Amino acid sequence: MLTVRSLVRLHLGPLDLEVAAGECTALRGRSGSGKSVFLRAIADLDPSEGTVALDGRDRNTMSAPDWRRQVGYLPAEPGWWSDRVTAHFAAWSACRPMAERLGLDPEVGDLSVSRLSSGERQRLGLVRLLENRPRCLLLDEPTASLDEAATAVVEQLVAEHCEAGGSCLFVTHDPAQFKRISRQGYRLEEGKLVQETAA
Amino acid sequence: MNYVTLDYVDLALAASLLLINGAVSIALSLGLARSLAISSVRMVVQLLLIGLILDFLLATVSPFWTGLAVLVMLGFAGYEAMARQDRRLKGFWAYGLGTGVMTLAALLVMSFALITQVAADPWYHPQYLLPLLGMVLGNCMTGVALAIRSITGALADGKQAVEAQLALGRTFRLSALPMVRSALRTALTPTINSMAATGLVYLPGMMTGQILAGIDPVEAVKYQLLVMFLIAGATAIGVTGAVFAISRRLSDHRHRLRLDRLTDATVN
Repeated sequence: MLTVRSLVRLHLGPLDLEVAAGECTALRGRSGSGKSVFLRAIADLDPSEGTVALDGRDRNTMSAPDWRRQVGYLPAEPGWWSDRVTAHFAAWSACRPMAERLGLDPEVGDLSVSRLSSGERQRLGLVRLLENRPRCLLLDEPTASLDEAATAVVEQLVAEHCEAGGSCLFVTHDPAQFKRISRQGYRLEEGKLVQETAA
Repeated sequence: MNYVTLDYVDLALAASLLLINGAVSIALSLGLARSLAISSVRMVVQLLLIGLILDFLLATVSPFWTGLAVLVMLGFAGYEAMARQDRRLKGFWAYGLGTGVMTLAALLVMSFALITQVAADPWYHPQYLLPLLGMVLGNCMTGVALAIRSITGALADGKQAVEAQLALGRTFRLSALPMVRSALRTALTPTINSMAATGLVYLPGMMTGQILAGIDPVEAVKYQLLVMFLIAGATAIGVTGAVFAISRRLSDHRHRLRLDRLTDATVN
């Protein structure tokens, strides 16, 4: 279970949140409301105050790389450190089936990153994150550039991750998706979290 | 020593060549005439002043005055290395870091040279210490300024690439390694190129100065080689120190990229 207590970062907070194991929690809010700031703070990519823990273990009791391997963050625009797609994966051959399931060309691994569309990058970013097998996913609008079919597969992958005991905090602007992916979620408004029932 | 002395009329005649620069600037509306005039006057005043100061220092051979001159040179080098940066570290680090690594580089290299190779008496004799330090520091400063510009630019422009790796659980050191390598390569290349071109493409100023002053060319070459080795050593130390110190300053114990520690960084 991901637990956030009294998290303060820039104009946000103090924020409290719990995402139980096996659960996907949706998060929405207007552009600029601080959703990405919140996810980055949980991933420990920016300094913040408060307590963040996974299964009761405070993140400060483990190294930051260890924390991020368990709590995986996918930004809205994933970054790339090489122009070769395969350079971003420990074992591309093992990831290819998932990439194909997401509708990516089987030969996408041979392409250079600069030639990929934003939708292809977004899907490859998710595959890259899932290859790491994090226990908790922090997904920042992971379907913003995707068509309906690819969006459905992403949602299915997240559901499978949660069924396997993982958890997910899923940022979305789409009200229908907000309802589809979680039973209850949150709205970020003026720096505070407001609980919402999705159903 | 046998050499032709120059009087001020000779210098005034040589200065008339600057009229060519001024004419080009005015004819082609380059807008450089004013800065050309200011730079020319600055050069004349600064060199005449340093001539007088060196005259005093060589006459006194005082550890205090020589030390003070060294401190002033280090201070100016630190200021110049940081002054023309697009992105600067905030607070003390803005000037402290460049000055620190150059002081370390100069201290190590100059101590090595003055104790083992030059062996002047006394070791701090300004006739050797100040010209050698000036040449070492001038080149080291250029390398350090380039290194600072390269590493801050690479980390700021490559923020997404670095953070993508951090988010997957890589260490900061590993994530920033390509930027560190690239910055070191950029900053060290001019020194390597300069060594390769010396003697073929151009004759270094110090060596030609000594030859003009009547020194045996072979002796002048020996001094020039010494200076080139000292420059290469000091630049390597300064550049490496600057790149690693900055990459360390732009990260923290939680392996985050801390661009908020740069003056023009956006915090998001």
